[in-house]
Amino acid sequence: MSYQLPKFRHPELPVNDLGYTRADYEGAISTLCAGCGHDSISGAIVRACHELSIEPHKIAKLSGIGCSSKAPTYFLGNSHGFNSVHGRMPSVVTGAALANRDLLYMGVSGDGDTASIGMGQFAHVARRNLNMVYIVMNNGCYGLTKGQDSATADRGSASKKGDPNIYSAIDLCGTALQMGATFVARSFSGDKEQLVPLIKAAISHRGFALIDVVSPCVTFNNNSKSTKSYDFVREHAEATGTIDFVPMHSEITTHYQPGHAHEVTMHDGSSIRLYKMDESLNPFDRRSAVNVLEEHRYSGNILTGLIYMNLDSRDLHEVLETSQRPLNALDESDLCPGNKMLVNINASLR
Amino acid sequence: MKRIESVNDFVIKFANVNGTGSASANNLFAKALFRMGLPVSPKNIFPSNIQGLPTWYEVRVNEKGYLGRRGGIDIALSVNPQSMAQDIREVLPGGYFIYDNTKLLDLRLHRDDISIIGVPLTRICNEQYEDPRQRQLFKNVIYVGALAALLDMDFKVLTGLVEDQFKGKKNLVLPNIHALELGYQYARNNLDCPIGIRVEKSDKVGDKILLDGNTALGLGALYGGATVAAWYPITPSTSVVDAFEKYAKRVRIDPGTGQRNYAIVQAEDELSAIGMAIGASWNGARAFTATSGPGVSLMSEFLGLAYFAEIPTVLFNVQRAGPSTGMPTRTQQADILSCAYASHGDTKQVLLFPSTPKECFDFGAQAFDLAERLQTPIIVMTDLDLGMNDNMSEPLAWDDERKYDRGKVLSAQDLEEGAVFGRYLDVDGDAICYRTYPGTHPTKGAFFTRGTSRNEYAVYTEKGEEYEANMLRLLRKWDTINEYVPAPIIIDCGVETDTAVLYFGTSEESSREALDHLSDEGVHLNAMRVRAFPFNDEVQEFIERHKQVFVIEQNRDSQLRTLLMAEFEFGPEKLKSVLCFDGTPISARNIRKQIKKHLNSDNVLPLHRDVALLRAGEFS
Repeated sequence: MSYQLPKFRHPELPVNDLGYTRADYEGAISTLCAGCGHDSISGAIVRACHELSIEPHKIAKLSGIGCSSKAPTYFLGNSHGFNSVHGRMPSVVTGAALANRDLLYMGVSGDGDTASIGMGQFAHVARRNLNMVYIVMNNGCYGLTKGQDSATADRGSASKKGDPNIYSAIDLCGTALQMGATFVARSFSGDKEQLVPLIKAAISHRGFALIDVVSPCVTFNNNSKSTKSYDFVREHAEATGTIDFVPMHSEITTHYQPGHAHEVTMHDGSSIRLYKMDESLNPFDRRSAVNVLEEHRYSGNILTGLIYMNLDSRDLHEVLETSQRPLNALDESDLCPGNKMLVNINASLR
Repeated sequence: MKRIESVNDFVIKFANVNGTGSASANNLFAKALFRMGLPVSPKNIFPSNIQGLPTWYEVRVNEKGYLGRRGGIDIALSVNPQSMAQDIREVLPGGYFIYDNTKLLDLRLHRDDISIIGVPLTRICNEQYEDPRQRQLFKNVIYVGALAALLDMDFKVLTGLVEDQFKGKKNLVLPNIHALELGYQYARNNLDCPIGIRVEKSDKVGDKILLDGNTALGLGALYGGATVAAWYPITPSTSVVDAFEKYAKRVRIDPGTGQRNYAIVQAEDELSAIGMAIGASWNGARAFTATSGPGVSLMSEFLGLAYFAEIPTVLFNVQRAGPSTGMPTRTQQADILSCAYASHGDTKQVLLFPSTPKECFDFGAQAFDLAERLQTPIIVMTDLDLGMNDNMSEPLAWDDERKYDRGKVLSAQDLEEGAVFGRYLDVDGDAICYRTYPGTHPTKGAFFTRGTSRNEYAVYTEKGEEYEANMLRLLRKWDTINEYVPAPIIIDCGVETDTAVLYFGTSEESSREALDHLSDEGVHLNAMRVRAFPFNDEVQEFIERHKQVFVIEQNRDSQLRTLLMAEFEFGPEKLKSVLCFDGTPISARNIRKQIKKHLNSDNVLPLHRDVALLRAGEFS
């Protein structure tokens, strides 16, 4: 690149509990198109991680291939990143997470990367309940190859090319629910007030946390006949409610909103406070979540917010009963049984 | 009729029905001979099926220690009417055909040139057992008892084995010994015992063990410190991870907490399996996956990423006859090229070729050191013959002083002390660069892993000159790899010669036997067993100093020869192929015949599989 992110920062930028400013969580300057929804999501990730006071190097960010998967370069510059293979980010994260259970795994993918080439891995990582945050930057089209419809494009929706999509859309939240995901949310790149607390809650959740973020493609899919344009999403988004995220040991400073508040404590001791707008949804009941998703699909509206959360989730490490010490921290003395056992094995083979 | 007469030297083939429990009885037979001090090489020849189809078990006994497939059957033991016509036809003239004569042999199958011996297995079972399952299971044990009498085996060795096998389960020991005795007594009382072929106790086994290569690989991974295993079931590699799990359950679970120092994931497919292995290795754990040919095809994209991004990866490829719907239960060495150049772009992958269970164990463990030292995929290439058959092997051993070589990794302290970090920066000339694990240091050492569009500091770039420089460094790294991989083993025949053979993996036993026979006939050849790709300099020197080299391999397209020609530019005149690709392990007779055909094209037998010809002059 011929230009770089300015290093200058206001000397009095607010610091978090660890003494880091938000700039410590930023990455390289984005090379995505101006106005791309993905950049807003990157910003929300930066804000959530900064506000949660997670050490930047204790996060690993991984992605597949596509515009969305380029995005990890543009946030969390002090974290290790891995731009892997198209549709295969879930397997790489699974291996990485097995190697070291102490890091936070942030997977970033797109609708092509997840709903088409990566559908198998997406389904299975959800099913295994890997402890990770899985963010889909969902714009309904293939940006890097110039605007072909993706599998999340709604039937009848037309991109800039003009031909209405003839296939039915894959609903990633519905798929994730079916596959056994234990945290499912949908949001909109243009609604940071909703997205940031959702990311925080997803980070605190122990298990597989999907956030399907509708993120308009300004270049190929932001036209009047598209159902993933800024205008359409703004007009048709219906929130399940709003949530406040309260980190462990923090005082509650967020503003109360009118309505019925429901507070739940998460695995790591933090809590979320949910203000429901849609009384028909019980986000702690999978059947209810499936029903409400389906109703919104019929009505043509986009359901956003927290859709489902399983508070009794057991993640892959718990199921496999792996050691509390990260596997990558073990050495010969932990792992190698020594020659004596081989002597016995040899004896049994004679 | 001239009967085949021999002591401690024969081939017996059992013809069974898949899923009837014959495998353990046949195993009992082979192991009993092994315990009598006789070198044995049992081979399963089985269908891709769980129940009902014909399956065979071939055991070669040879006091000289030749363990390769010999070719030709001296004794056939048939309990499968389905394959009886074929089984009786295969017996060499003068040989023996033992069958269940509860139902008499179809006269059309009768042969005058072999001894036909009947044991009424079904009748004995029906008289002795009520339960149909018992009738089926013990039928196998009864024929082992009968064989013990016919071959003059030490009956005590058999009963001792049964006692060891069912240690602590008295209710299993006694019925099995009873069944052995039923067969033994029947043969003693009703048949001429022993037949012309018999066994005597010997001392040719020493401290060797009988082990399959897959178990040895699984143990190698365990000893090599693997903590993450991701795999997708595929014959013939499945038992690698099974073995790893079996031993990990014994030694890697904390008795106090029940926590496991390993994680095994059965993935949704091979793409995911290798993705997991790569992710875990990227994050500093030792990880592996095991597969066979079709799996390698699926893993190819990831193998390219691991090559370019320089991520240690261990892959065990237990080769079989391809393709997916081909002959998955038959052996071949046919993935050499697909593995050596696996993936798109300019890639070269490191291959190791073990030829014994001991080497499976050694290379299985060493693969992790090599992967981390060289920061690249290491593919251990075995095959079904080595992987799924019990092979006689040197015992396994581990040096308790040995430390794992974790390769070039910068710690938080190194970074704190000012180590220059560029993930793809060659700081000391061996073309291998330092890496960091995620989570090492709050502000230093983080980098972004990609395929190739990045510079020495792992910063995104699409500049051609950066790409080219990186590719040239990877070539220099290939030279470094050369110094680390196992060297070939060269056997000088002791006589001046300009001709040699070159082989690898499971062709070793048959090749050496063929060379001995050729030497008896006055044809002296030097030999080299290649154990790795890249080929060491010694491989090149060896080929250069011979006028003609026979490359012995178990595939159709001379894949190793192609690789040698591609890497060294030797001409086709210099390298001649000796091939076997029918799905069975290559035999010594086959090798000998092909070499003689090349050496003296006027005076050799044509190459075909006529049983009578096999015997003529080839075996006595």
